[in-house]
Amino acid sequence: MSISYTVQRSSRATRIAMSIGIIALIVLLLAPYWAGRGDLRMLVEIFYYLALAQMWSLLAGYVGLVSVGQQAFVGLGGYMMFAFSAKVGIPPLLALPLAGVFTAIIAVPTAMIAFRLKGAYFAIGTWVIAEVFRLTFAQISTLGGGSGMSLPAGIVKGIASSRAGREHLVYWVALGIALGSILMVFFLLRSRWGLAMTAIRDSEPASESLGVETYVTKFLIYVAAAGMTGLIGGLIFLQKLRISPDAAFSVQDWTALVIFIVVIGGIGSIEGPIIGVVIFFVLREIAADWGSWYLIILGSLAVTTMLFAPKGIWGLITDRWDIHLFPVGRRLIIKRDET
Amino acid sequence: MDWVNAIVQGILLGGLYALFAAGLSLMFGVMRFVNIAHGDFIVLGAYAALVAVGLTGLHPLWSLVVVVPGMAALGYLGQRILLNRTMGDDILPPLLVTFGFSVIIQNVLLEIFSADSQKLQAGWLETASIKITSSLNIGVMPLLIFVSAVGVIGGLQLFFYKTSLGRVLRATSDDQDTVRLMGADNAKIFAYATAIASAVVGIAGVYLAMRTNFDPSVGPARLLFAFEAVIIGGLGNPWGTLVGGIILGVSQAIGAQIDPGIQILSGHIAFLVVLVIRPQGLFPKMKG
Amino acid sequence: MANPVLQTKGLEAFYGDFQALFGIDFSINEGETVAIIGSNGAGKSTFLRAITGMLATKGQDITFLGKAVGGKPAHSLVKRGLAMVPEGRKLFPSLTVEENLLIGGYGRKGTKWTLDGIYDLFPILAERRHHGGTDLSGGQQQMVAIGRALMSDPKLLLCDEISLGLAPVVIKDIYAAVPKIKARGATIVVVEQDVNQAMAVADRVYCFQEGRVSLNGKPGDLTRDQISAAYFGLNEEETA
Repeated sequence: MSISYTVQRSSRATRIAMSIGIIALIVLLLAPYWAGRGDLRMLVEIFYYLALAQMWSLLAGYVGLVSVGQQAFVGLGGYMMFAFSAKVGIPPLLALPLAGVFTAIIAVPTAMIAFRLKGAYFAIGTWVIAEVFRLTFAQISTLGGGSGMSLPAGIVKGIASSRAGREHLVYWVALGIALGSILMVFFLLRSRWGLAMTAIRDSEPASESLGVETYVTKFLIYVAAAGMTGLIGGLIFLQKLRISPDAAFSVQDWTALVIFIVVIGGIGSIEGPIIGVVIFFVLREIAADWGSWYLIILGSLAVTTMLFAPKGIWGLITDRWDIHLFPVGRRLIIKRDET
Repeated sequence: MDWVNAIVQGILLGGLYALFAAGLSLMFGVMRFVNIAHGDFIVLGAYAALVAVGLTGLHPLWSLVVVVPGMAALGYLGQRILLNRTMGDDILPPLLVTFGFSVIIQNVLLEIFSADSQKLQAGWLETASIKITSSLNIGVMPLLIFVSAVGVIGGLQLFFYKTSLGRVLRATSDDQDTVRLMGADNAKIFAYATAIASAVVGIAGVYLAMRTNFDPSVGPARLLFAFEAVIIGGLGNPWGTLVGGIILGVSQAIGAQIDPGIQILSGHIAFLVVLVIRPQGLFPKMKG
Repeated sequence: MANPVLQTKGLEAFYGDFQALFGIDFSINEGETVAIIGSNGAGKSTFLRAITGMLATKGQDITFLGKAVGGKPAHSLVKRGLAMVPEGRKLFPSLTVEENLLIGGYGRKGTKWTLDGIYDLFPILAERRHHGGTDLSGGQQQMVAIGRALMSDPKLLLCDEISLGLAPVVIKDIYAAVPKIKARGATIVVVEQDVNQAMAVADRVYCFQEGRVSLNGKPGDLTRDQISAAYFGLNEEETA
């Protein structure tokens, strides 16, 4: 009797999800033609929060890097975008990816400093670094100093000639970035890096000193996520058309809400942040007029989830029904030959 | 002479930062636990003092009588009921739960007290000063805070080295598992540690309320200062934390002398410099 | 027969899905010294961890002083009079020798054994009382670990591999203390890889092999061949 095996990547649930996903994608692509202005803006917000959530989940869930300072890169990307387009004269849509690249470059020395700390202290260290960025940019008067700056009208017109054209373009860029973030995580996980990352997540206690290979993996993922986060930041402020240090480097907007989204949805999966974003926006619509109660509820939901269902809502779903929509796992299926 | 004055003020400010840091350092030392809501608890203490003074009309220092035990009780219960559930090898739960607490506390305070800036009036304490030389004055309140910081750290050291519970806490920081074989209940031990840390946080909160303007959003900045003081001074060394606080305070004071707008930034940069040159801190006694 | 101080019936223990103990029946009476021998991985230390509540087990399987204690947390068992000298000694580096001894009495203060009593038993420790707990040699650390366990005046003392990593001369010194401890009326379980030492101090011996009791009886009644067979899990016919 011999045993043969295959490695199966996708299950039926995956194939169904992919079909639904493609339909959804087509609908979303056509959104500028069926959605109103307000809805379009909200969709852009959903896309960039989804992208931010994917990046944070990648860091925390797969390489054990809990960052409370991603706002550093959001703000940096935003400011780079403004600087390149308004001060250097590069077309905004080109300034965007450039902002991402430059953010990744600056993330290198940042990581070298931050990685001197471990675990929870690393987290707070990233926060300090974000504060340093905020306070530094408040001192740069050419970029508006403490009160910030608006994107000059000429640059804004340079994106597209009509307001509708601009909004449609920004929308499609946002959709592209959201898809890009999902694909980035997806392909990372399916690659050799993915196995390395899962090994880190599963076995390395965050308090131990890092072996060299582990260090390099974490470093590279951190810089890659920072670059993408910078790109997202550029998009965010391209939509807002105005940037200031407090808005750019806001812990609440770019870290607290993102963390809550990922925790409630489920850390360490691609599906989790998607669910989290949906819940977040539904809650926001409901609680729109409740002032600070909205944050109290969201925070309490996150705390409760962390205490009683640490893998989030998606974790509850996979535990119960063992579904995976994105084919990133590898399942060994053993077939026994009849002899 | 402005510089001398600035540095002296920075040293005294360091006392306040050391007070902020003491509770954080304690919890990390005994339980390897970092409370992201640490700064917000200090602010909570400040508001508790505000309420106490508002109800009784007494001088703010009297509020210590209520705030310190109150915060200690809150810390004990919080640890036993909620935070003990997050203890374990995974760093994510304690981090994320306390991060959630941070946001919740800030917004609850916002709902109750609004975003208005508050400050406790300490009367003569605020304006009194001691003349050292013709150009150097030391405020009585900053001096009091500095002396309190020294007293608190000294008191904590006495507690850790001269009492049975202190001994158990030190042993817990070495080996949580084996402490159980000594008959110690980890659930209670952790709660005692948090209670003591919270009492110190209460003291820090009262002093914060007396010394500066505060509002619900100033918590995170205090966390960062406390954290920086601990890292600069070296993990596991309470007196090191005092030195760390002083270095931070002096850095900020020097920065403020150059340009008031870069006061806080100077502190952060000093921290980053220490982190790059000597990541283990100045006087470390344990590994992170 | 007196009521056993400790008794287990059909005790099982698991590390996750891996079963380490398969139905252990064990008992020890007051004043007895019982040795548990067996090779590495036989389950001896697992057995002690199960008894002390450091490893989860089911309720009725363990009785201590007449009460069912399976599933109870370690610290409550210590308060009832159980003390363990853990494998690897596990002293607290932040505490001095004297503080390491004192902390042994944290959960349960003993009257039979005091600091002075421990220093009588192990005079070298008196000279080193203010040194850091882990600044001592292996043998001295073992003495501290034993003293620490005695400070709680235990009704049952468990010794987990106290000869591990020590030179033979040192092992003899340590075991020389056992009769003195017995003389003060102690009930002791000794888990040992050093079969000779174990047999020399024990009233009864259990041999563990792959998570089961392979042999038990009085040292005088057991032959070398029987012990070897039980230790290595060989059938009697297979031994030379």
